[in-house]
Amino acid sequence: MATDTLGNRIVEVSEHGHDHDHHDAAGMKVFGFWVYLMSDLIIFGTLFATYAVLVGGTADGPTPGEIFDLPLILAGTFFLLFSSFTYGMAVLAMNDNKLGQLKAWLWVTFVLGAGFIGLELYEFQHLIHEGYGPDRSAFLSAFFTLVGTHGLHVFFGMIWMLVMLVQLQTKGLNDITRPRIMCLSLFWHFLDIVWICVFTFVYLMGAM
Amino acid sequence: MLGKLSWDSIPYHDPIIMVVVAAMGVIMAGIVAWITYRKSWGYLWTEWITSVDHKKLGIMYFLVALIMLIRGFADALMMRTQQAVAAGGAEGFLPPEHYDQIFTAHGVIMIFFVAMPMVIGLMNLVVPLQIGARDVAYPFLNNLSFWLFAAGVILINVSLFIGEFAKTGWLAYAPLSGIDYSPGVGVDYWIWALQISGIGTTLTGINFFVTILKMRTKGMTLFRMPIFTWTSFCANILIIASFPILTATIAMLTLDRYLGTNFFTNDLGGNQMMYVNLIWAWGHPEVYILILPAFGVFSEVIATYSRKRLFGYHTMVWATMAISFLAFIVWLHHFFTMGAGANVNAFFGIATMIIAIPTGVKIFNWLFTMYRGRVQFTSPVLWTLGFIVTFSLGGMTGVMLAVPAANFVLHNTVFVIAHFHNVIIGGVVFGMLAGLTYWFPKAFGFKLDETWGKRSFWCWLIGFFLAFTPIYVLSFHGAVRRMQSYANPEWQPFMIVSLLGALVIMLGIACTVVQFVVSYRNREQLRDVTGDPWDGRTLEWSTSSPAPFYNFAHLPEVKSIDSFWEMKQAGEFEASKPPYQDIHMPKNTAAGPIISLFATILGFALVWHIWWLAIVGALGVFVSFLARIFNDDVDYYVPASEVELIEREHHKRLSEVVDSDNRGTAQVGNMGVQS
Amino acid sequence: MALMDPKGAVGSEIKSLIITSFWLMMIVVIPVIVMTFLFAWRYRNTNYKAKYTPNWAHSNVIESIVWFIPLVIIAFLAVITWQTSHSLNPSAPIQAEEGVEPMEIDVVALDWKWLFIYPDQGIASVNEVAFPVDTPVQFNITSGTVMNSFMIPRLGSQLYAMAGMDNNLYLIANEEGVYPGRSTNYSGAGFSEMLFEAQVTSQEGFEAWVEKVRQSPKSLSFAEGYEELAAPSVAHPVEYFSSVPAELYDNIIMSFKNGTAVQPGHSGGHGGHQAAEQSAHGHDVAMSAEVAE
Repeated sequence: MATDTLGNRIVEVSEHGHDHDHHDAAGMKVFGFWVYLMSDLIIFGTLFATYAVLVGGTADGPTPGEIFDLPLILAGTFFLLFSSFTYGMAVLAMNDNKLGQLKAWLWVTFVLGAGFIGLELYEFQHLIHEGYGPDRSAFLSAFFTLVGTHGLHVFFGMIWMLVMLVQLQTKGLNDITRPRIMCLSLFWHFLDIVWICVFTFVYLMGAM
Repeated sequence: MLGKLSWDSIPYHDPIIMVVVAAMGVIMAGIVAWITYRKSWGYLWTEWITSVDHKKLGIMYFLVALIMLIRGFADALMMRTQQAVAAGGAEGFLPPEHYDQIFTAHGVIMIFFVAMPMVIGLMNLVVPLQIGARDVAYPFLNNLSFWLFAAGVILINVSLFIGEFAKTGWLAYAPLSGIDYSPGVGVDYWIWALQISGIGTTLTGINFFVTILKMRTKGMTLFRMPIFTWTSFCANILIIASFPILTATIAMLTLDRYLGTNFFTNDLGGNQMMYVNLIWAWGHPEVYILILPAFGVFSEVIATYSRKRLFGYHTMVWATMAISFLAFIVWLHHFFTMGAGANVNAFFGIATMIIAIPTGVKIFNWLFTMYRGRVQFTSPVLWTLGFIVTFSLGGMTGVMLAVPAANFVLHNTVFVIAHFHNVIIGGVVFGMLAGLTYWFPKAFGFKLDETWGKRSFWCWLIGFFLAFTPIYVLSFHGAVRRMQSYANPEWQPFMIVSLLGALVIMLGIACTVVQFVVSYRNREQLRDVTGDPWDGRTLEWSTSSPAPFYNFAHLPEVKSIDSFWEMKQAGEFEASKPPYQDIHMPKNTAAGPIISLFATILGFALVWHIWWLAIVGALGVFVSFLARIFNDDVDYYVPASEVELIEREHHKRLSEVVDSDNRGTAQVGNMGVQS
Repeated sequence: MALMDPKGAVGSEIKSLIITSFWLMMIVVIPVIVMTFLFAWRYRNTNYKAKYTPNWAHSNVIESIVWFIPLVIIAFLAVITWQTSHSLNPSAPIQAEEGVEPMEIDVVALDWKWLFIYPDQGIASVNEVAFPVDTPVQFNITSGTVMNSFMIPRLGSQLYAMAGMDNNLYLIANEEGVYPGRSTNYSGAGFSEMLFEAQVTSQEGFEAWVEKVRQSPKSLSFAEGYEELAAPSVAHPVEYFSSVPAELYDNIIMSFKNGTAVQPGHSGGHGGHQAAEQSAHGHDVAMSAEVAE
């Protein structure tokens, strides 16, 4: 009997019910994760909407145009975009069962992510130092929260990457690690898309 | 070292709280002693706490919900008593500081910790069985969801005797809930109880969404799913789409309170209207998360006990989907009086009324299911009939509130209170109690006592109208919600009648408790041997009662909406037959309870600003989750021989009954009601 | 019954709207309740005379009817809703009779009392408001604290009072009398006693009232006296201020935008949580003492 209640392992298919009680384990994991991303998207949507409403609430503090350092942000953006590409390379390596290459690409992605986070932390630190912290005005509250929530996601993605590197080391590529790499891939690209929205709506439109 | 926490945080000067705490302490100590005496800790741990079995999780959800119902109802009684005495300058026995906590706790508990777990518990128990699955898509997450919910329950109960609870109303409108106006820890308890349990709810939503989409048995197309599964499906979509809004909103309020941000503050650019909009953008769909599954229960109940197909199945499904969609575009009707323009108000008012159309259609479909049927007046049917009458009236007052111009005088008055109790008691509570009675044998293997069930129904029905008709009347006198006292002595008689109504409802709750005791005592007479006590129509009745942990020895195949019933009619249904195969099942796991234990610690530490403990809690959550990730030993195979043993036992009992009843093998079911 | 015995044009129209919508819906609700009892009884299990069609589950005719009837009623209601949302829009001015000057009153919700400012008369009162009969009144509503809602049930609509915002509500009273008013939106410990009286008088009566207020030795401005008045108090007695600058209302609204807002009961404000807690604690104790009185 090959009912997959757990979705962890591709189990052998028995004669009874070839097509129905075998659920695609890895597929279901990735699908579930995708649904989770949709709910996460709603969190970001809520933060975007809040930002849109509060962007005018500067309380005589700085306006968006006054504080954004576009070249720095652009550099961070390229880090993140490029890291999506390198993660794509990692997935290609996984599909070819090239474990070494997969790990190498994950490391590259990790470093790029770290670069992005580093730039973001620098930006935040700089703003707070100037007296433009999240408690200065509603606009800055919304700005720090929206950008910071994305940054926090990237940070968790990096931790996840480290966990996967350990698991690839100890378990290798198998039916447990493969879907996890795929989920992380979705997660990472998702963060990229969210960042493009942040970059456009917050930074570009703010600077204009 | 202990943040804001000190001995002064314990309200020992308040006799009411101290008596409650003492009583709770005695009961808890009694339970612990009893479990220890029976040496049941190991059993509890391996069979329940770490269980990933959706049926057991469903039972635990329901159990917690019933306990919290008693807590929430105690709050209700205190409020009704206070209002019955605090007239014409009298202050009553509850000062505002206490009264305000009580109505906040009552609302929060009843929605988040009674109605939600009842709905989710019933979904857990029933949905996998109805779609012919062996478990949910992610059994571990299911266990985790439950324990995260339990963490919220623990936090809200702790607030009773360490510190205070929010004094803000159940939705904690900013800026009242901000740090400037609520500097105490009450709102923080509210935040962390809801945030932690809310994450559990979101996980449940994802879990059941995937379960229903991906784990249906052979032949079960979407339009062959039982209606309860359909309504649960829509409710889970609503959960996935709306709970993240709650998460984000509470997170922003948290930042306002902890880091001094200005999302919802009065000054520095904060926008309190944004909070109200966001909280209702979640809050309105939440209402439908609760009511849709209740609609599903009524659909199952009325078809089964009318011994007839559900009238207008497709209409029901489309009406459910329409309601789910509309649920997202009506939130503004909760604050017409905020001062939006006439066009905006009219749009949201009309959108709200449109919901009445598919809802009305559903009601007619239930009526026409009875039409030319054979209605058995079991207690689930009584709950259903009571629901139709009560809910029609509640729906009507809801539409009245949806007319913006009428809302301008009805808003914030007790009319709103009467209206939503009308639909939540008449809809959700009646539905969940009907569902409890209906599916109880599937969970426990014996039926609930009908006499006490009917008594409970009559108490609830009469109690409801006694309690809330005067409230409707008072709203036209200009009485507003959340009054700790009032000047006008003419209101007092109505308040006293309302208190009497609440006492009658209390009898109804007592009847349910007695019902459990009586049913347990008479469990041999009430035993459901066949697994199909009501001559059911859907797959959950095709397996034994209580359902084996693997649900089905062979996964069933479905050819139509009421496939099981049709097979029985045609004499084609037979119980499982050898050869059996090994069944792949998830292993129990301690990860859920352990993660949630640390989450509880984290929440408590954050409430009291005990930062080192918060770090311990957060690290604990992370490390225990990591341990789960690195554990690959999460599943196993039930050997075919064990399956055979369990199934043979069931067949043996089955044949004894069938022989003694001399009904022939075809008609397995329908032994419960008439015999 | 305050809502069913309105004393002004707005309230009367809303009353008839409520009654109309109630009966419109009864067109469905009554048949539903009757059918519930009828069907349940007629098709009870023991009634073998009744027809039994276990597989009958669809009828185009019935389905059309059950969609059509609610649809028509809601369509009716929708039209009414659209019209009344505009005609009874609280911010839409009420037409005054010839020769009658509409008047303006600024309303400020405070913890836990109402401040009424008469910009034209240069006076103010607490927990008591007066205006002449048959005169449209424009209430400009804001809050110096959390969200409240301003309502005089006998006269009709309510509207939220929110800090930093100006909400306009037009009401008219067509009968003299004293009508209770209150905050309907929960705002904290003193909420239940956040009541005021609306005195609707003749024109002469109103002028006499204004004169009475002008006798008061107290004056009020944002710089002088407002902070003390804004401090939390429960069941605040009626108070008159004889001299009040017209810009007080704007000062209060602007105070939430330029950082001059009076902080609630403590000076901690943003950031200083420690101080906030301590002073707020004291304020709580003071409050329970007041309630106990």
